Parts: sequence; structure tokens; C-alpha cells
Amino acid sequence: MLKISNLVKRYGHGEPVLKGLDLEVPGNSVVAIIGASGAGKSTLLRCINRLVEPTSGTIALNDIVLSDLKGRELRAARRRIGMIFQSFNLVDRLTVMENVQSGRLGYLPFWRAASRRYPKRDIRRAYELMERVGIAHYANKRADELSGGERQRVGVVRALMQEPEILLADEPTASLDPKTSEQIMELLRSLSAEFALPVLINIHNVAEARLYTDRIVGMRYGKIMFDAEPSRLDKAAMDEIYAGLPAEERGEEETPAPSLQVSAA
Amino acid sequence: MVELDAHPQDWARYTPGQRLFRFLVFLASVAAVVWAVMSIDVIWPWVLDAPEQMGDLFGRMVPPDFSNLSDILWVLLETVNIATIATAVAVFAALPVAYIAAQNTTPNIATLWLGRFILVSSRSVNTIIWALLFVAIFGPGIIAGIVAIMFRSIGFIGKLLGEAIEEIDRRPVEALEATGASRLKVILYAIVPQVMPTFWAVSILRWDINLRESTVLGLVGAGGIGIVLQSAIDTFNWPEAATVLLAILALVILGEIVSATLRKRII
Repeated sequence: MLKISNLVKRYGHGEPVLKGLDLEVPGNSVVAIIGASGAGKSTLLRCINRLVEPTSGTIALNDIVLSDLKGRELRAARRRIGMIFQSFNLVDRLTVMENVQSGRLGYLPFWRAASRRYPKRDIRRAYELMERVGIAHYANKRADELSGGERQRVGVVRALMQEPEILLADEPTASLDPKTSEQIMELLRSLSAEFALPVLINIHNVAEARLYTDRIVGMRYGKIMFDAEPSRLDKAAMDEIYAGLPAEERGEEETPAPSLQVSAA
Repeated sequence: MVELDAHPQDWARYTPGQRLFRFLVFLASVAAVVWAVMSIDVIWPWVLDAPEQMGDLFGRMVPPDFSNLSDILWVLLETVNIATIATAVAVFAALPVAYIAAQNTTPNIATLWLGRFILVSSRSVNTIIWALLFVAIFGPGIIAGIVAIMFRSIGFIGKLLGEAIEEIDRRPVEALEATGASRLKVILYAIVPQVMPTFWAVSILRWDINLRESTVLGLVGAGGIGIVLQSAIDTFNWPEAATVLLAILALVILGEIVSATLRKRII
């Protein structure tokens, strides 16, 4: 269970990006975090595994307080937190297998990592997981030879190789086409059930959030404005999360709005 | 629609003030060149004499004397070895320097300046100057030549490799930090693969440059083919000097071919 209390994050001396946030994610639920750009979704996610240093407040995962760990202890805690990124963040020039195994780096001795002599157990697990998401036949291909959807699957397997206790996904479908992005959301949902894994997904696409998650958290100006199951996200709640934003930025569109409008003079 | 008349018909790239400034800069440049030409002491009869001297030298060099060819080729091989050994050592010595001289990987500001200091001091001293220094330290011979080339190469390789490290994609680094990997393993998996192509390209290029530089080391007594050339010139043995020059030319062309082929293979 993830427990965040009174989390504040401020960059420099500006207005805080997160203003005293409280959030609990129990058990194996899939939670979507929605909100306009700049609402603080990405910062929230990165505070959890401390890629971004929180200004104040506490974050605890299964009773371990993450927010004041240092050095070796912080790395040990990060091993238990899987993360998936919008731009996949793979190492392009390494093979799919090497990318997948890099999820185990925290557990491996240096010489094994350097010489690519991965433990048999890890290799078996990698093939199982790659088989599960449908990329096992790419094991020896370079990561940059794969398509977007396939690359995100590599990212998912890399995170699962960590044997995580929670999965953080930062806009995992934002660089994918609609069909592939649905497949990835479906995959995340079923993996959450299979591995009894809580999944926290930052997502722009509200339609996908409604379809594939158990709970929606709406953020605005660094605060949580909405927190309930998808069916309760009605027009009033949407207006509160996205007040003042034009419809095409609310992530509800089925087809993207034309970016350039030519008006007849 | 706006009236066409409202648009100006005159357009100038520079304002009158800017034009005056540019003209003054041009005048200053001309003055600098004129002053430079006037300040050097040219003995004009010798300059005008040059074509005649060239013909004379050419006449003495032709035909080249190949009687010492096997000796010359052995020394040429030694020259290649100086370049190769020096490049190999310099490549490894440059790795840590590049790491601390790159802004995004250096541990702290002190190491950054240390790295930059090493790069600048290595690069600002010419190989021949380094060779003079090391001939004084190690005595004349190959070792002084190898160390001299190595010292110059560290700056070159370290600088280019450091720039490659600064230009890497940060995102995979972030992803591997998020898995709980230690700093060393992040370097190994996220940084090393990204700078590998540059590493090979720079190493090959430097080997090619070192090949040419090692041919002149002998002029200051630091080993290689230059020694043979120097003694041939000193003894007015122009036919042999011609052979040495031809041998160097052949070596440089060969080096160019080898490095071009390797580059194509790797990149």
C-alpha cells in the first residue's frame, strides 16, 4: 500500500507544484491520475521514487518511508518500484534482452552486469515476461529496431523484471497510436491483476482512463480535486479539473482536433 | 485587404551605423595584414630564387636511392608502432578525463575544472614541443616519442569524448536510476552504449593523425622515420631523402585507407 501525506514540492522559489497532497493507493488497484499539463502529475509520480526530491511531506510504500532514504537504502527501495515512461526511455543501441535485464541492475553484481552473464533465473523470467507481452522473438534485436508499441512492451517488461511492489506509469500511451495505446492500457490492467500490483498511471486521455482503471484521481494546480471510481466522473467533476480549458485539451476527443484552422476571409 | 501602397519599397539589410561599423572592421583587418607583411624580414632575392633552387633540389633527388630501402622500411614500421602504442594508451587514459570533464557526469565542480585543465594543457602544447620535453626527460628514442604523442592525444580524445557524453539522451539514464542501479552500472548500461560510436570514430581518427605526427618526431630525436630523414638531409644525401619522403607519403596514404575502411565498418 502506498501512502502519501501532505506532500509539497516547490522548484526553486516559485509557486509550489504540489501543495500538500494526500493520497492512498491500497492493494492491487489501477489508479489513473488525470489533469491538464502543469497540474503536477509527473512531479507527483517522480516524487514517489525520488527522481524528484520532495520539499516536504512523507511517502511510504508498504510501511517503508521512502521520503527520507539515502544512498544504498534509496537504491534498494527503488528496486521495488517499477517505472514506465512516455518516451519508453530504452537504451537504443542495446538489445531487447539487455534492456529487459537492465531492470535487474540493482540486484546484480557489477561484473555480471558488465559481462552480460545474467543469472539463469533472470533469463528464464525475462523470456516468460517477454512471452507474456508478445516480444520474446525480439530478444536479440536492437531496441531501436522496434515499433513504438513494442518498445513500450520492452519498457513494461524491464519494470516487471524488478519484481516491483508498485508500478508507476508516466503517460505510457501518449506517444502511441490509439489502437496500440489501448493494447498497452489493457496490458497494464491485466498485469496488475496477475501480479497483484498497484499501478499508478498518469494519463492525458480521459476516455482511456475511464475504460481501463478502477479509480480516477483528478489534479489541478498541485491539488487533488477529484478522487473516485470512473463512473462518478461527471460533467461537474470534469469542469472542476479542467476549468477554463478548451474542450480539445480535456483529453476527451475521439479524434484529435485540427491544429490549424483556416478561416475564409 | 491592406492597401499595397502601405508597404515600404525600400529595404536595407543594415542601418547606416551598422554599415559604417562593418567598413571600419574591414579597414582594421586590412591594416593588420599590411602591418604583418611589413613587419617580417623577407629576403626577396631568396624568394625570387626559389623556383631555381627547387629545380636544383629536384635534380639532386632524382633518381631516388633505394639501396637502404629495407632499413627505411623497418624504421617506418617502428613509426607505425609508435603511433599505435601511443593511441592505445591514450584512449584508455582519456576515458576518466572525459568522464570528469563532461558537465553531466563529473562528480563536482573541482573535478570538472581538473578535467578541463588536463584537456586544455594537453591540447595547447604541440606534439613536437611535448617531444622536446620528453627527450630531455627520457633521453632520445622511441619512449620519448610515444609519451609525447600520448600526451597530445589525451586532450584530443578526452575533449571529443567529453562532448559526446554531454550530448547523450538523458532519458535512459533516468530510467535506469529509477530501477535502483548504482552509478557505475548506470554508466555501463545507459552512457557507455551511447558514446560507443563516437569512441571508435575518435580513436581511429586520432590513430590516423598520430601516424602523420610520428613521422616528424625524429627531427627532435624522439624516434621514428624522422631521424633517417634528418640524417639524410644533414649529409646532403638527397637521393635517400627522396626515398624517405616517398615512404612517408605511401604510409600516410595507407593509413588514410585503413582508417577510412575501419570507420565504414564500425559506424
